[in-house]
Amino acid sequence: MNIFSIIEELEKVDPELNERFSPRREAIKNLTGYGSKIAMAALPFALGSLFNKAYGQTTVGDVNGTLNFALKLEYLEAAFYNTAIATTGLIPAADLPAFQLIASHENAHVSFLKSVLGSAAVVQTTQGTNGTYDWTAGGTLPNYFATKDYATFLIVANAFEDTGVRAYKGQAPNIIGNQVVLTAALNIHSVEARHAAHIRGIRRASGTSPKAWITGANDTGFAGIAANYAGEDNTNQGGVDLTTLINPVTGAKFTTNAITEAFDEPLTYAQVLPLVTPFGVK
Amino acid sequence: METLEKKDEQLIEDQGALNAKMQRRSFLRFAGAGAAAVGVLAACKKHDDTVTNSTIDVGSGDIGVLNYAYALEQLEAAFYIKVVASPYSGMTAAELSAFTDIRDHEVLHREFLKAALGTSAIPALGVNFSSIDFTSKAAVLAAAKGFEDTGVSAYNGVAYVMTNPTYLTLAGKIVSVEARHAAFIRDMITANSFADSTVVDTTNALDKSRKPSEVLPIVAVYLTTSISASKLP
Repeated sequence: MNIFSIIEELEKVDPELNERFSPRREAIKNLTGYGSKIAMAALPFALGSLFNKAYGQTTVGDVNGTLNFALKLEYLEAAFYNTAIATTGLIPAADLPAFQLIASHENAHVSFLKSVLGSAAVVQTTQGTNGTYDWTAGGTLPNYFATKDYATFLIVANAFEDTGVRAYKGQAPNIIGNQVVLTAALNIHSVEARHAAHIRGIRRASGTSPKAWITGANDTGFAGIAANYAGEDNTNQGGVDLTTLINPVTGAKFTTNAITEAFDEPLTYAQVLPLVTPFGVK
Repeated sequence: METLEKKDEQLIEDQGALNAKMQRRSFLRFAGAGAAAVGVLAACKKHDDTVTNSTIDVGSGDIGVLNYAYALEQLEAAFYIKVVASPYSGMTAAELSAFTDIRDHEVLHREFLKAALGTSAIPALGVNFSSIDFTSKAAVLAAAKGFEDTGVSAYNGVAYVMTNPTYLTLAGKIVSVEARHAAFIRDMITANSFADSTVVDTTNALDKSRKPSEVLPIVAVYLTTSISASKLP
């Protein structure tokens, strides 16, 4: 198969093909050099998915939509941790500094996204009931704040952070090539991953055992949040079946656990929304 | 490039072993992959005809970013291979298990990028960890923290260069795992330092981003192969 001739043939019938591959290309041409057109086609990655994305995606470049989606998730997380810190007796003293730090980050993310969006920012009181969330997710979770049920609170925190990481990752292609916005989103994305790793560590220390990284699909020990981890057991990356690779250190194939841990998976907007609407995200 | 090509041509007369690299470069030129990584040999001819100071440039555009990532993952993988092969004194079973996990993640990142880049991949890099005392827990954790935090900032700082959403997503899949490693290592060093103000700014709570020109000097200490990212912003 000659990738280059395929691209050339497609360009004959669709002069805008390259622009479809890379809608921000014109804007960042000066930053990426002259060879990006061919460079992006030169790898033996899944061409099929490249073409699907090129012709199937309609929301690329919707910066405000992407940032408002992020803002809604940050509103949820900030309110969640603010409530937790205000609930005396929920968080043990030893863990309180960590949650105060995490809460300060989520509140800062809210302020940051609002400042970037300006008048386009979604208002917090549009979320939940006049800005108040249902922490039981429509009765599917116990009222862990009322009963000071730290273990359940940790499970929800674990899921919120991992889902936040997945949501930001899923939005990255919509702001591709946007140096300021994409970089900021990724700088938030990795902070959420740090939070997730720490909260997983608290849970591991208190008897349950999620690692800091996600093993397979839903390693939280709580079946009720399986949908938050759907697809995390993926073992194929960019057209490379990782189960066929040999670990040069051991001389054997990589374990499925290691393969799934080594790559975090994205969630689309459509996948994230049903996970957070029961709490009141709109 | 003209100057470098002239040097290449001079070298190829002396160094039969470089033929494969030159052929690869010719192929890339024929294929129009001007942005792809080319092993740029910036060496000067010495009296003894050995090649010294050869610099590998990662290339430009998406492939440049992926090769840049490949370089960093090679370094991280080599580091953790050594950590697991020669554990610091007092390493617990749980710690060995965690470091074995991290080692396998980094080796997977390296092997995946190598497989995905195919003929566009830069060569294997030489490493030198003589500045790290692998018998000391504190020294190993400090080095690990440095590698992980630097890795996160490197991915964050270069991702915007990518034009292909599939590759961008792949970088995103890797960087959050590096952030998990970073948080885990940091908590091992000091409780609750997983996202402290040395990596996450206190105003906007954003993680760090670093340009390749900021990252490469940090990692150069551990590399015997000189790498450059002259075609990345």
